[in-house]
Amino acid sequence: MTGKNAENTNKNYLDYVSEISPKTNELKTLLHAFWVGGFICFIGQAVRFLFIYVFGLYGDVLAGATSMVMIFLGSFLTGLGVYDKIGKYAGGGSIVPITGFANSVVSPAMEFKSEGYIYGLASKMFVIAGPIIVFGVIGSVCVGLIYYVKGLFI
Amino acid sequence: MIDILFSFLKAFLVGGAICTLAQLLINKTKLTSGKILVYFLLAGLILQAFGLYEKLVDFAGAGATVPISGFGYLLAEGAIIGAKSGIFGAITGGLASASAGVTSAITFGYVFALIFKTHSKT
Amino acid sequence: MMKNAYKTLIFENSPSIIETYSIVGKKEGEGSLGKYFNLVLSDDRFGETTYEKAECKMLSTAVKRVINSANLKETDVDLFVAGDLLNQIISASFTARDFEIPYLGLYNACATIVESIIVSSMAISGKFISNAVVGAVSHFSTAERQYRYPLELGSVRPPQAQWTVTGAGAYVLSEKIEGFPSITSATVGKVVDFGVTDVNNMGAAMAPSCASTLVRHLKGTNTFPDEYDVILTGDLGLLGSKIFRKLCRDEGFEVELYHVDAGSIIYDSDGTQDQGGSGAGCGTVTFASYLYPLLRQKKIKKALFLATGALLSTISSGQGESIPGITHCICVENL
Repeated sequence: MTGKNAENTNKNYLDYVSEISPKTNELKTLLHAFWVGGFICFIGQAVRFLFIYVFGLYGDVLAGATSMVMIFLGSFLTGLGVYDKIGKYAGGGSIVPITGFANSVVSPAMEFKSEGYIYGLASKMFVIAGPIIVFGVIGSVCVGLIYYVKGLFI
Repeated sequence: MIDILFSFLKAFLVGGAICTLAQLLINKTKLTSGKILVYFLLAGLILQAFGLYEKLVDFAGAGATVPISGFGYLLAEGAIIGAKSGIFGAITGGLASASAGVTSAITFGYVFALIFKTHSKT
Repeated sequence: MMKNAYKTLIFENSPSIIETYSIVGKKEGEGSLGKYFNLVLSDDRFGETTYEKAECKMLSTAVKRVINSANLKETDVDLFVAGDLLNQIISASFTARDFEIPYLGLYNACATIVESIIVSSMAISGKFISNAVVGAVSHFSTAERQYRYPLELGSVRPPQAQWTVTGAGAYVLSEKIEGFPSITSATVGKVVDFGVTDVNNMGAAMAPSCASTLVRHLKGTNTFPDEYDVILTGDLGLLGSKIFRKLCRDEGFEVELYHVDAGSIIYDSDGTQDQGGSGAGCGTVTFASYLYPLLRQKKIKKALFLATGALLSTISSGQGESIPGITHCICVENL
């Protein structure tokens, strides 16, 4: 009964398994994601207003300063051991905001600290978030080049 | 005053909607959090490449910039502006405008990982 | 010893299990079996700086204490057979470093404990040795890091997932001593893979191997489920148990009345642990502190212990491989 010579048994079995496996309560998870995700953006908006009306920031500086504060909050909550609890409740609601990006940087860093500050903490820091930087940079270079070439002809 | 309240409401609704979309993807496809982040980043980046995401940012403020798709938007936006000043700007513009996020993630990440220990989970 | 078509091992000089010891984490201590364990840790770092060191200390402490409470000295033990879930089974090997006992390190994931018992039983039954200590350990925080994500990552736990038990157990096996439960037969499992690829669904990956080994054992010993007081499985979880019972029924064996799954009972089924517990420590501590005392007190006469293991690694699942399962079985009875 190995994987290779019992394809049919396998298929029936896998169908049976997926049939009786517990289903995620879809509506509940969506609701949790919605209100937590919305709430995090709500805080982001408050930070934004703070920078606009109190510090008079705008444009790139405003966007950068806001994301810095949000990343600070995400990192801090991860350090306190709270963010994973939010994550279990909110799912996508706390993964997708930039605080979730911070969480995915800090959590492996904390975990691998036991293997040292260089090859543990520092090098494992981007074990989960690394692809975001990689694809972000490659993507932005593509966009930049396309716009550059476009600019040559227009 | 009403404007400010409205901005909060818009940020909440749009941000919540983006997160709900992510949750829907998680439910349907069993994608892990790292992949979700990459897809949403690329979505924001591509939308901005067509000049669309900035409309959402204008409308929803933090509701569009706080989700990781806003980070993608920032990268694309930086590259587009950089491209105007030549090929060097086209290549470096993206990361330059996203540098606040990357720098703070690395710095806060390192510092907090130094300070805090992992907690036992139940 | 005789050979049969089902390759079941019948021990003529059946070894006795003369003592067991279990250590569990706080969460397990609060579960429905909490009051039975020998030692419940309030801090699952066990005073160490890392969870890996804590895991090792748990097994080491269990081994030390089981030797003591069996009234043996370290020098009386001829063989130490153990394993765990970490890469290169560091917890078991580093535990062996603490003792002057010849050591065999084994890995069959969560089936390691019964694998260790079978190896020791063969050595005792074959009169190569007189006393052996077997053990297995797992720790939620080390397993989570190796197999899943960092502890602090805000990821979603799917409803089919199980929770790795923080627990260590060690047993002393000896040449047959009257009045102690004996291991009379065993079946070494075959690796069975029905193509499950969902790493969160260990129960479904292991259930076919569990059914396969149970059926072989029943046929090999010419017995039926109703001859056993308890059929204990290691860590199928609620979903896996359901599948296991169905697969047994398909083979013509009704096990529902006798089947108890350690993973399903170790935590209170309050829904927070989804499908229940898993891990090398799960079946190990449940047998040590729940089933074994019942046998010792002669409240039950005959039981099967099937430890189930999922033989995957992060590399194999990363490369899209399905999850092979293994289950080993022993029969423990009061003769």
